[in-house]
Amino acid sequence: MKIKSQQDFFSGLMFLVVGLAFAYGATDYSMGAAARPGPGYFPLILSVLLAILGAIVVFTSLTIEVEGGDPVGHIAWRPLIIIVVAITLFGALLPRLGLVITVPVLIVVVSWAGEEFKWLGVAINSVVLTVFSWLVFVKGLGLTIPVWPGA
Amino acid sequence: MDLINNLAMGFGVAFTLNNLMYAFFGCVLGTLIGVLPGLGPVATIAMLLPSIYSLDATPALIMLAGIYYGAQYGGSTTAILINVPGESSSVVTAIDGYQMARQGRAGAALAAAGMGSFFAGCVGTIIIAAFAPPLTELAFKFGPAEYFSLMVLGLIGAVVLASGSLIKAISMIILGLLLAQINTDVISGVPRYSELPFTNINFPELTDGIGFVVIAMGLFGFGEIIANLGQPAEHREVFTKEVKGLWPTRQDFKEAWPAVLRGTALGSLLGVLPGGGALLASFAAYTVEKKIAGPNGRFGKGDIRGVAGPESANNAGAQTSFIPMLTLGIPPNAVMALMVGAMTIKGIQPGPQVMASNPQLFWGLIASMWVGNAMLVILNLPMIGIWIKLLTVPYRFLFPAITLFCCIGTYTLNNNNFDVYMTAIFAVVGYLFYKLKCEPAPLLLGFILGPMMEENLRRALLLSRGDWSTFATRPLSAGLLIASALMIVVVLLPSIKSKREEAFQEAD
Repeated sequence: MKIKSQQDFFSGLMFLVVGLAFAYGATDYSMGAAARPGPGYFPLILSVLLAILGAIVVFTSLTIEVEGGDPVGHIAWRPLIIIVVAITLFGALLPRLGLVITVPVLIVVVSWAGEEFKWLGVAINSVVLTVFSWLVFVKGLGLTIPVWPGA
Repeated sequence: MDLINNLAMGFGVAFTLNNLMYAFFGCVLGTLIGVLPGLGPVATIAMLLPSIYSLDATPALIMLAGIYYGAQYGGSTTAILINVPGESSSVVTAIDGYQMARQGRAGAALAAAGMGSFFAGCVGTIIIAAFAPPLTELAFKFGPAEYFSLMVLGLIGAVVLASGSLIKAISMIILGLLLAQINTDVISGVPRYSELPFTNINFPELTDGIGFVVIAMGLFGFGEIIANLGQPAEHREVFTKEVKGLWPTRQDFKEAWPAVLRGTALGSLLGVLPGGGALLASFAAYTVEKKIAGPNGRFGKGDIRGVAGPESANNAGAQTSFIPMLTLGIPPNAVMALMVGAMTIKGIQPGPQVMASNPQLFWGLIASMWVGNAMLVILNLPMIGIWIKLLTVPYRFLFPAITLFCCIGTYTLNNNNFDVYMTAIFAVVGYLFYKLKCEPAPLLLGFILGPMMEENLRRALLLSRGDWSTFATRPLSAGLLIASALMIVVVLLPSIKSKREEAFQEAD
């Protein structure tokens, strides 16, 4: 058996697995009857539907020939990992270290994801964005964002 | 002429210096909020609620209304410029708007959105004034079965919207509906899917459901950034350097006008239905425009009709969604719910009696909607030049800035870093969808409509004692379902035809 469309094969697999997972989860909740549907009623219908659709997508990806084979292609690990790390870091640092430290940290880490990294440009960007977000979010809109460490 | 008398009284109220000032303030604030992705009108109005204690009811509501449609407007600006829909109703604007921006026609897209919105706003205002009483009669006829069927129609509309495979788009909708099931069940109060399977790890934050903004940021904002950075600089899908004029051409006008008219009509109609409002209106308008453009057009690749239609529709819908709120006291969306809250703070019981007991407030608010729309156009058309300058900023400065605003936006949703972590997860999911060519827009719509759909389904079944045929026997509901079935058939037709042609070619 050969995969005719890689993209469809993996998306079908994703739908199938997610559908089965949600269906398994739905069994924890009461189904009720059609006349009195319980909390598990709607999720179960949906997840079974999703699993069926996923299976159909997988099936067609194995049977119908597609020009070029729709390859998934290489995965951009570098930006993917850096962006995810940067967002997580932001979430972890902001409540503890405040805006003035977290924003430059985020900008420096994120800028790393691009192929051009020049310290001067990144530094200017950090300063400008820190001041800007303080002006707009803290001063202007009065949001409760910690500004200084430990505050 | 009651209508003219009433409107005259309304404009008398709206044109006092004080009220004009509050309308202006609301519009500016709303635009700002709309432009900053992640910070929605709901959060802002919620934050401002305490401050309206010191205001009179009329200026307070005028200001809140200004924030509401200002945000609608600002949300479409980011949708067009950086492909991050600031509001759920501008998700479809991003599709063609962003393509236009890439081709250097951001100015035309922004102008079309602005003028279309203004026209729709004017019409919407007149419609509220003229038809508020009779239209509420129609809304009374809607039971849970009708709401459910209406949402099915809306979701099918979203499928038509996806340009890729039909079955994958339907799967994405269901995935969205399922993600919306992560919450606390409204009827039984049972928390669902907030525990990691096979462990005892529990996430109490998930009992409120995942935020719409979290998913939108992760899938659209971050997913797009990662995908862009993953490509070598010369292949990167950013913008052409040459910006072709700030204004729409004569040809653009010719194409956009009919779309604006259609969008306005559709939006005014759908806005009245509680639950749909601006969101359904923009999706439906996009679907209609796509059908009219036909399969051979450049729809989805930067067609001005794909911006003008939905933008007019969502503004008209935003306008007419005041009807159920003002006349029935039923808030059709979260913003309106807060407006109802604001009215009760000021000691006004929302409902049919408002028109009679507070005519100054009722008609003043309606007139100020028109004033607010006029202000938005005056405010925003000169700004187009400034927004376009934004696009000439090199991408290596732009993407850290977008990342930052998205992060701050998600953090301030609940002042909680849990939402930020969730966004990181959805960034990965968004990139996965991009790699697998699964369009995220249908998922988002499914996610938004999920809770309402479940509630109405269960209510309808409860009322019919478990009889599913209730959806087919109630005439309005049956009509809506037939319309959805027809839409699927229409979508399938060309692909059936092309499949057939393929088969014939192979036979040769």
